[in-house]
Amino acid sequence: MYQYNDFDRDFLAERNAQFRAQVERRIDGSLTEDEFKPLRLMNGLYLQLHAYMLRVAIPYGTLNGGQMDVLADIADKWDKGYGHFTTRQNIQYNWPKLKDVPDMLDALGEVGMHAIQTSGNTIRNVTADHFAGAAKDEVADPRPTAELLRQWSTDHPEFQFLPRKFKLAVTGSANDRAVIKAHDIGIRLLNRDGEAGYEIIVGGGLGRTPMIGKVLRDFLPKADLLPYCEAIVSVYNLLGRRDNKYKARIKITVHENGIETIRELVEERFALLKPQFGGVDQKMLKSIEAEFAAPEFKTGSVASFKDAYHTDPVFRSWADTNLTAHKNDDYSIVSISIKKHGETPGDATSAQMREMAAIARKLAHNELRISHEQNVMLPHVHKSHLPEIYARLKAVDLATANIGKISDIIACPGMDYCALATARSIPVAQQIATRFDELKLEHEIGDLKIKISGCINACGHHHVGHIGILGLDRAGVENYQITLGGDHTETAAIGERAGPGFAYDEIVPAIERLIEAYLGHRDSADERFIDTYRRLGLAPFKAALYPEAKANAA
Amino acid sequence: MSKPFTPKVVTANALLEGDVVYLTVDDQWSRHLSEAEVIEDEAHGDLRLLDGNSQPDVVVGVYLIDVALEDGAPQPTHFREEFRTRGPSNYDHGKQAELV
Repeated sequence: MYQYNDFDRDFLAERNAQFRAQVERRIDGSLTEDEFKPLRLMNGLYLQLHAYMLRVAIPYGTLNGGQMDVLADIADKWDKGYGHFTTRQNIQYNWPKLKDVPDMLDALGEVGMHAIQTSGNTIRNVTADHFAGAAKDEVADPRPTAELLRQWSTDHPEFQFLPRKFKLAVTGSANDRAVIKAHDIGIRLLNRDGEAGYEIIVGGGLGRTPMIGKVLRDFLPKADLLPYCEAIVSVYNLLGRRDNKYKARIKITVHENGIETIRELVEERFALLKPQFGGVDQKMLKSIEAEFAAPEFKTGSVASFKDAYHTDPVFRSWADTNLTAHKNDDYSIVSISIKKHGETPGDATSAQMREMAAIARKLAHNELRISHEQNVMLPHVHKSHLPEIYARLKAVDLATANIGKISDIIACPGMDYCALATARSIPVAQQIATRFDELKLEHEIGDLKIKISGCINACGHHHVGHIGILGLDRAGVENYQITLGGDHTETAAIGERAGPGFAYDEIVPAIERLIEAYLGHRDSADERFIDTYRRLGLAPFKAALYPEAKANAA
Repeated sequence: MSKPFTPKVVTANALLEGDVVYLTVDDQWSRHLSEAEVIEDEAHGDLRLLDGNSQPDVVVGVYLIDVALEDGAPQPTHFREEFRTRGPSNYDHGKQAELV
């Protein structure tokens, strides 16, 4: 993985020193809050409901054991012993004190991490497929591209005051695990007639006005990536609306101007920019690519895995649910569930973080990934290590066999933490997971994506959940709207609203009725919830959600 | 006829810790809603909001919240403010743990 060079280290040290001085000036009264707020946001520091929150970037979700250890140390030293992994592959600390934040940033800087551009109207943390570099179905590793974009966008002088925030995602596989169609720019690596390049998608996004991104270029030669992205962002920087915050994202710019107009403007701008890059970006990309060389895969017997698989049904259940095919047949990708039934989705204790780091170092080529689904991956595990890894994970409550199932829920922090939230998300996720665990129905139900947001900004990706839940404030009471049929993959779709919302104590029973309807209507155990929904449409699910409406109509 | 005035309290977050705080009669900031000054008329509310805002080196994000008096003690009328008096629902953190 990418190692910081002297330039990166110096830049970060200087930036942290500047922020330390800014915090001091805020505390001694030389800076007002109005002056300080944009400065703290640029460095990832928010003020939430009960405390400050520091959002730390984990670029494209990749980190090593040493970095994970520091995340654990920070949680113990300056927070409450845990961290929250987010849908942008970041980690958030919910309880830092203002005066401690510069020390936290220095500690991060020691291991090449930072919180820059995790807020504000800038290009945010670049996300990528969490199976990058390991997946069997991958055309190429998306992380060198993501790292090039990170370097280009970090402190980019032209793009520090965009009309609104700007999010990039990169996938190297046709099977999209990075939700690229719900990003301002989505990038997919591909090969055409032996030539490497990119499909460029623009104008996707969730939030108040959800939109599926549109193809801006179906094939962009590899060497053109940075000038082309710079052209897109600079066109948006001028054309994007600054009069109305709710119409400021590029999805609205694309929608209002039309994809053809945007394409013409981008191509015009690209023609000007392309000569200015002069190939230096491609030289950088070459050296970045070398840093992402695959680890030296070990060879050896995988018999211990096969034995455990055949003799231990609990291990087998976990292996069936939490392992994904690796490009090397003797290897597996391990998904560590941070979704134990009844716990907060995405929250890991410092002890759990340290154990994951230790496992990665000893048994998984010292690599870890954070997924946008708020889980942690060990991307490269020789199958002979799987029984030991399972046992170690189990000992720290990290062996829940629920990846991709009903309790593997994305939930934003909601009104338990977030100042923008209109309702709580976390307890709804906890109760759904607990309820279906009690019913022992999780594996019977099969693959299902539930995604919960505590406000219309959709950090919990509810629009693209098979079942989406949106928490709102209706006349001073929490109320939850259900959407159905959303899809976050290459066949991305926005879910359809099922009908009136449900009160806090009605939402879990409503989900239970939905699942009962699905189990009753599916044509076989192999038909997933989303497939049954696509086959039958909203009607049978609506009838299950609103039985009294049906009774009244009869 | 205008709507009857709902009693109010001035709230904010402490600059250094981020804690939820409430303005008291003597211009201090308390962690306890029970110690807050309950404002009974609109003009006084506007004035106290200005007073709260005049301490930018102590607090951030000053605003008024609606309260109802229960046995003489102010209680928030909106669930968001109720959560702010307690802390998050997923852990025993925040005021619910610190103020017992």
